[in-house]
Amino acid sequence: MSVYPYLVAGVLFVAGLYGVVTSRSYVHLGLCLTVTQSSTYVALVSVGYLRNGQAPITQGKTPGKPFVDPIVQAMTLTDVVVSVAVLALVLSLALLAHRTHGTADPDRMRQMKG
Amino acid sequence: MTLVHRRLSFFVPAAVLLTGVLAWGLAGMPSFGLPHSDYARYITAHAAGQRHVSNIVSSVVFDYRGWDTAGEELMMFAAVMGTALLLRDDRDDRDEERRRPTDATTSDAVRTVRAGAVALTLLVGLWTVAFGYLTPGGGFQGGVVAASAALLTWVGGSYRRLRAVTPTTMVDATEGLAAVGFLAVGLLGLVAAGSYLQNVLPLGTPGTLTSTGTIAVLNAATGLEIAAAFVLIFREFLEEHVETLPAREEP
Amino acid sequence: MDALVPLVVVVPLVLAALLATVSRWLPRGVPDAVGIAGAVTVTVMSLVLLQATRGDPLVSWFGGWHPVHGLPVGIAFVVDPMAASMATLAGLLVSASLVFSWRYFEEVGHLYHSLVLVFLAGMVGFSLSADLFNIFVWLELMSVAAYALCGYQIHEASVVQGAVNFAIINSLGTFTMLMGVAMVYASTGQLNLAAIGHHLAEHGSDSAVAVGFALLTVGFLVKGGAVPFHFWLSDAYAVAAAPVGALFAGVMSDLAFHTFARVYWDGFAAGFSAEAHVAVRALLLAVAVVTMVVGAVMCWLQSDLKRQVAFLTVSHGGIFLAGIALLSPLGLAGATLYVVADGVLKAALFLSFAVVILRLGSSDELRLHGRGRSVVTPGLLFVTAALGLSAAPPLGTFLASAMIYDSPGFGWLPPVIAVSAAVTAAAVLRAAGRIYLGWGVVEDPLRSSGRPGRRHEGEPDEGADLGLAVRTWLLAPAFVLVAIGFGLAFVPGIAGEAVAEAHAAQDGPAREALVLHGTPPPAPRPTGYKASGTAWGYGLGTAAGSVLLAGAALRRRPARRPLRPVLAGARALRRVHDGAVGDYAVWLTAGAGVIGAVWALTLR
Repeated sequence: MSVYPYLVAGVLFVAGLYGVVTSRSYVHLGLCLTVTQSSTYVALVSVGYLRNGQAPITQGKTPGKPFVDPIVQAMTLTDVVVSVAVLALVLSLALLAHRTHGTADPDRMRQMKG
Repeated sequence: MTLVHRRLSFFVPAAVLLTGVLAWGLAGMPSFGLPHSDYARYITAHAAGQRHVSNIVSSVVFDYRGWDTAGEELMMFAAVMGTALLLRDDRDDRDEERRRPTDATTSDAVRTVRAGAVALTLLVGLWTVAFGYLTPGGGFQGGVVAASAALLTWVGGSYRRLRAVTPTTMVDATEGLAAVGFLAVGLLGLVAAGSYLQNVLPLGTPGTLTSTGTIAVLNAATGLEIAAAFVLIFREFLEEHVETLPAREEP
Repeated sequence: MDALVPLVVVVPLVLAALLATVSRWLPRGVPDAVGIAGAVTVTVMSLVLLQATRGDPLVSWFGGWHPVHGLPVGIAFVVDPMAASMATLAGLLVSASLVFSWRYFEEVGHLYHSLVLVFLAGMVGFSLSADLFNIFVWLELMSVAAYALCGYQIHEASVVQGAVNFAIINSLGTFTMLMGVAMVYASTGQLNLAAIGHHLAEHGSDSAVAVGFALLTVGFLVKGGAVPFHFWLSDAYAVAAAPVGALFAGVMSDLAFHTFARVYWDGFAAGFSAEAHVAVRALLLAVAVVTMVVGAVMCWLQSDLKRQVAFLTVSHGGIFLAGIALLSPLGLAGATLYVVADGVLKAALFLSFAVVILRLGSSDELRLHGRGRSVVTPGLLFVTAALGLSAAPPLGTFLASAMIYDSPGFGWLPPVIAVSAAVTAAAVLRAAGRIYLGWGVVEDPLRSSGRPGRRHEGEPDEGADLGLAVRTWLLAPAFVLVAIGFGLAFVPGIAGEAVAEAHAAQDGPAREALVLHGTPPPAPRPTGYKASGTAWGYGLGTAAGSVLLAGAALRRRPARRPLRPVLAGARALRRVHDGAVGDYAVWLTAGAGVIGAVWALTLR
């Protein structure tokens, strides 16, 4: 199917959201954020694919086959770094939460109300 | 109804709606496998000629869209600083020395394998960085691999060994200076040619390590910075873990 | 001049990296000074750019990659006075915040100043960039620095929860935006805004573009704190340390509205049909009105000073969004000027609150009842700021709100804006009355927050005698900011300039020709602007209304218990803001689904 990879991306996105909504631990929640973000990787890289294409490396290339889109690959690379940065901070905050509150369960931390 | 059930009863319809919207939009995208971008076509046709590079993705990352990469470098830098800011201030480093946590590996077999694995991983990481603009790879990918050598040091050895080979001062300094280095190469372009991050170094012969001008330098700076950043992150989290381990008695 | 554009972002980044490397060996005071120098440099450079680009926007391509036959190959920053004014606002507030934090924190981590400089660079890049993915990169840089800065006092549980809610919901917003970028790129094959606009003008839009644009909008709305994506904002702004909170409230979320307007006008407006424009305007106005009203009501219901400012930010964000949603030059100009004047005043408000909280040891207006005798100066400052925020004519925010009022069509909008502005300002005035004059009751069923006021680590002890020098130092930035906020309206011709620039910004074809082909745009028609009589009426009404409302709330006689429906409604609204990130994520999903569905059906 010509839209199947994109639909996979869509499902992953919502699956990650489901994880965030039902999470009982900030660590798990950080990983669900990563799942949501990975849906963008799938979407981006799928966008760039060309039928019968080859990787955009000129050394050892097969003549005649087109190169797939290198720009989405660069975007995905940046995206991965973003994911690492966000995850590092969410995990640090999860650690702090455990340190100060004794729990990393988002629903048990109800200090903010109203 | 428990809290989560109540929340789910709202979430499910919302998620169904959002999935439908996403599916509608995604189905409207150009068919998987068909060309869709003049931009991509231009880059794949001209990058090798314009920049003497073999790995076109590297040319996009460090040259055509190098400004994105600059932001991304600094984002990694900010994340590491943030982690350090949040986790470090609270700890007293001198306590570590006195506590001497008992996490050293005692098995000779593990330690031997570790020695080989660390060396191999580091080598693969450096190789991936070095050849990043010629074959698949690059500063980011290789930097992470090289940093995982640090993790292996801990896994196969002990936390104290990791700390010994990655002194905080040196790693902090490397990370900061590599980030400055990246930005400085951009400034070189500004000063020499009037445009920030312009590739002003000689382009060399395609296919050799001395080709591609500033791409090679930026690639190396990125590799260094990412490796240092990941080592710092690993160390920060491991410090937290190590605090939970029982301490050996004072001798 | 072209060289200034990259430098505005590079200078703070380089300083941040250098500071982080060596600051552990620098004595206290040197990082602060370097940070302030960096921020002031950015402010000055942005002002220079603002002056230089009047009528003549500057396009700066990075890496030397100019467009090839109209095909953009690299990344561009497009600087016009509106974008430069956002950058100037960011620089100004960071300078003020760093001056304040020099004496506010007894001890500060050596990475704090680096992070603030990185935050500044992210904000400036976010405001100036004209490439969709590049905008995302600067947004993420800004956000990552913000998550860390928000969590910066480490020891209290409430701090962590606010910071982590911020990190999670904001990240979900940016990931949504990225999905939108992917879809737009798939359809148009371009990342540069003008090129996207060109492609859409030639080929029209399709469902991928419509949903992609909807997801982009959701991302910007999450950052800007529009309802129902605003829950993180009240949690985060309430726990952030004072200098950081001032930055958040003053500029961080409002930048999202400005950048959204740029993305819309440069990238999408040309490709959307007239019906699509109507659909965009209608939905955004609906979101704006709900945001204004919910923000104002929640602001009124708070007794914690910092949460009041947080909801005030939400409500005023709704006002900015309304101005932009009108899709008219007056609306856009008004919204931009409003962001600047309002941002400066909100930051001043936050800083003066911080001094009060520091001196009196609590942030709850009910607990501070009548204790304000010893902290008169901050009180004067924040009352003045509140009056400025109520858009009392002829001060800074009045001119901006007048432009929005005068924007044609939608006669029902000005009263809603006026009431929201009045209620939010009244909340602050009420707090002032309670703290300083000892008016009003101490227990309030509608309002008791039940949370003891929290202090933050690294701050001097409760009620510490600060000494005149320290007190003056701490209040000086707020004082300067209030002066700027008030004085902005008196800059000659500022309103007319803003309207002219807004016209130019909304001229898609001219902007596209400039970016893709280097064709200078036509000279802007000089327009003057004078606020109409209706606008004056609304302005005076808002100012008077806020004072009266505050007075009514502070009656000495215990107020009759409010009607049961009102009490129930207020309780329900407050219960919704329950601090649970899972609930916030459900709201985000629902909001994204609704916006996506409406636009998927109506944007062609």
